[in-house]
Amino acid sequence: MSMPFYVSPEQLMKDRADYARKGIARGRSVVVLAYDDGIAFATENPSRALHKVSEIYDRIAFAAVGKYNEFENLRVAGVRYADLRGYSYDRADVNARGLANAYAQTLGTVFTTEAKPLEVELVVAEVGPTAEEDQIYRLSYDGSVADEHGYVVMGGQAERLGAQLGETWAAGMPLAQVLALAVTVLGSAQDPDAEPRVIPAGQLEVAVLDRTRPRRAFRRLTGALLEDLVAGAAG
Amino acid sequence: MSTDPSGRLPRAFTTPGSSSFVEFLGAHAPELLPSGRAALPGTDPTGSLAPHGTTIVALTVDGGVVMAGDRRATMGSMIASREIEKVFPADDFSAVGIAGTAGLAVEMVRLFQLELEHYEKIEGSALSLVGKANRLSTLIRGSLPLALQGLAVVPLFAGYDLDGTVGRIFSYDVTGGRYEEHEHHSVGSGSVFARGSLKKRWRPGLDPADGVQVALEALVDAADDDSATGGPDLARQIWPVVATVTAAGYQRVPDEQLAELVTELAARRRQSHQRGGHA
Repeated sequence: MSMPFYVSPEQLMKDRADYARKGIARGRSVVVLAYDDGIAFATENPSRALHKVSEIYDRIAFAAVGKYNEFENLRVAGVRYADLRGYSYDRADVNARGLANAYAQTLGTVFTTEAKPLEVELVVAEVGPTAEEDQIYRLSYDGSVADEHGYVVMGGQAERLGAQLGETWAAGMPLAQVLALAVTVLGSAQDPDAEPRVIPAGQLEVAVLDRTRPRRAFRRLTGALLEDLVAGAAG
Repeated sequence: MSTDPSGRLPRAFTTPGSSSFVEFLGAHAPELLPSGRAALPGTDPTGSLAPHGTTIVALTVDGGVVMAGDRRATMGSMIASREIEKVFPADDFSAVGIAGTAGLAVEMVRLFQLELEHYEKIEGSALSLVGKANRLSTLIRGSLPLALQGLAVVPLFAGYDLDGTVGRIFSYDVTGGRYEEHEHHSVGSGSVFARGSLKKRWRPGLDPADGVQVALEALVDAADDDSATGGPDLARQIWPVVATVTAAGYQRVPDEQLAELVTELAARRRQSHQRGGHA
């Protein structure tokens, strides 16, 4: 009988983390930004049907980067979790923190016990009655959770784009301004000498959690409305 | 809610396939489904065990439907509630009204609303109107054992068909049978009288505002002859729940407007009564 090679736990975890990170870095970035009336989500996504940003519950949305089949599965699980919770207790008893915990446990368990970690990174966001009560949780492939304030970038160029956003983003900006910022950041080139791209509205997936809406705060911005918002801000 | 020992979301949550919340509940937590409970021995033939909801009317109007329900619930000969609400938005473009055992009916509406919203969130698009009507059939069929014990729920479903841009009405029996109704329909204890009234007052091409008036009048006529149907309560200012579903979506008629219409109707009837005529 042959003995398996010894692999130290440190090495094993590092290999898995590298593997997951590589998978996530291949995808396009998603930016999440707080604005005066809610939280906006934007990404470059030519597909109209395969979404990276979706509604989970009345005030809660989900954004993801990485492998589509893996985060789609987590999204459906999140909708089921929220709907079951709201049905057994009350709609008011569904919150982003509980969902973020459930996701963190799931990602963490898969990372340590299964053959392959999930190659995804998620944001679970909830709008509150005021901007101070908004919650944005960022979840990594290994189950770690970060409570973010203001803005988050996930995916390929997360660090570079995050630094860019940090320079310009400020609390209380209106929707058109944060969208213009998002489009600029998403289109910026890695090489500082290269020309930045201008992403047309048709290639963008944009959604908001609008705290002024009565029950279901989630809304996708598409078509002429999105074009006007992006063009108005650029001009 | 049961959880996996590791704290991760249980398998049922991450199993792909179904867009139905009811199917998910059936697999993961069947005890939460109305149909998941074992039927108990005994029956309630007189309907005095639990509150019963009474009359619902619906009629098609130009570009939509109007649905209205009175506010009374009864237990045998006692009035259990004078302000229960029995007409609800099922989603943005449909309404559901309930007659029968109130507790079970309200639970069924909650599950139905969730079923439609759950599908919409998972699929990214809403069900067709007939698809929604069929989902309600399945829910009713699931509670057939309770119906046979005398705890029946009989809903009325109506909505705006975004494909055909018209209003459509569906009625049900306790076995989950679904029947499309044309022009108008009514369910519940006062439905016989309401239907008579609707037959005389309904006409093709009613505009939604006239439809609201016809629906109100049908409920008043039902309350006139059926002890289980409550009429508009002028003393307590309790009005029927009236809603229109059109291209603009589900809209509940505001109380101030109903107060005006009811007062007008009462004055008209008082006048014709004094003249010895008929309303």
